[in-house]
Amino acid sequence: MGATVGLFVATFIAALVEFVEALTIVLAMGVTRGWRSAMAGTAVAVLALAAFTSVLGYALATWLPRTALQLVVGVLLLIFGLQWLRKAVLRSAGLKALHDEEAEYREQTEAARSAGTGGGRWGIDPFAFVVSLKGVFLEGTEVVFIVITFGLNAKNVPLATIAAAAAGVVVIGLGIAIKSPLSKVPENTLKYVVGLMLTSFGTFWAVEGLSSVNGGHELSWPGSDWSILGLVVVWFLLSRVLIAVLPKLRRPAVPQPAPSPAGKA
Amino acid sequence: MKLLKSVAEFIYDFVIGDDWKIAAAVVLALAVGALLAALAVFAPVALGPTVAVLLLLAFTLSMVIDVRRKAS
Repeated sequence: MGATVGLFVATFIAALVEFVEALTIVLAMGVTRGWRSAMAGTAVAVLALAAFTSVLGYALATWLPRTALQLVVGVLLLIFGLQWLRKAVLRSAGLKALHDEEAEYREQTEAARSAGTGGGRWGIDPFAFVVSLKGVFLEGTEVVFIVITFGLNAKNVPLATIAAAAAGVVVIGLGIAIKSPLSKVPENTLKYVVGLMLTSFGTFWAVEGLSSVNGGHELSWPGSDWSILGLVVVWFLLSRVLIAVLPKLRRPAVPQPAPSPAGKA
Repeated sequence: MKLLKSVAEFIYDFVIGDDWKIAAAVVLALAVGALLAALAVFAPVALGPTVAVLLLLAFTLSMVIDVRRKAS
């Protein structure tokens, strides 16, 4: 039961963060270049993602032996989770800029306003179409990756899909209601939480996946699924230590000598 | 060829990201774990916490190297 709830919550939050970022891009294109082009790009991206998900899910489920599947998927999830955790730690330690949805929206709208017009067919603006397609596809790929890796290892891809879809509905609904970037969503905090969850689940499943290289002898965690909670606590504690210590380890910049004035000696 | 290169770059950026040390740390820690499992050094139930400790250490090391390398 706990793992099921964990699967739903982790997938929902991870998907929510990605959908918020995709919404910002689509909003910027829709407002500045036209909704027809932005929606067309989004629709094509969704179709491409559906095809990509089918191929990836089929490939993972049929090309890999079942014993190796858990290890491969666990390793991928762990690497992915640690990337998120790394960025969250650096942001919390003040060593990396916080993600700012408003700034991202401004950047996208400025780029859209300065891009040239024309060259489109069927009333579609190529710039808005391509940017929307690319943005939705790239953010969506991360959602697909999380749904498949989480779902396969938890043996519940449908629940992971439902969680991601629910996040999509929430973000689209809020986007339509507010008609602006969802900057009030505490993205940096959510990314920290997602990083912790992906890392903890990835650690759990990667170790269990080592059974495939252990002659099939099953490797299990003490306390079974409850170990995941323990892993979350441990990774959280380590991240807090790193947040406190890392700024003190950064080397100060070497001051550059001032250029000597030109002229006769 | 250009398409293949783009796809390969996309997969690399997606999986490895902007810090290859994280991926190296994970692979190394799990390789040690696999070796310990094969040699039956620990009881199966103790292997998980052992590998977790290796991962924690490897992640810490990669973060410290990252931060020390960048000047403020």
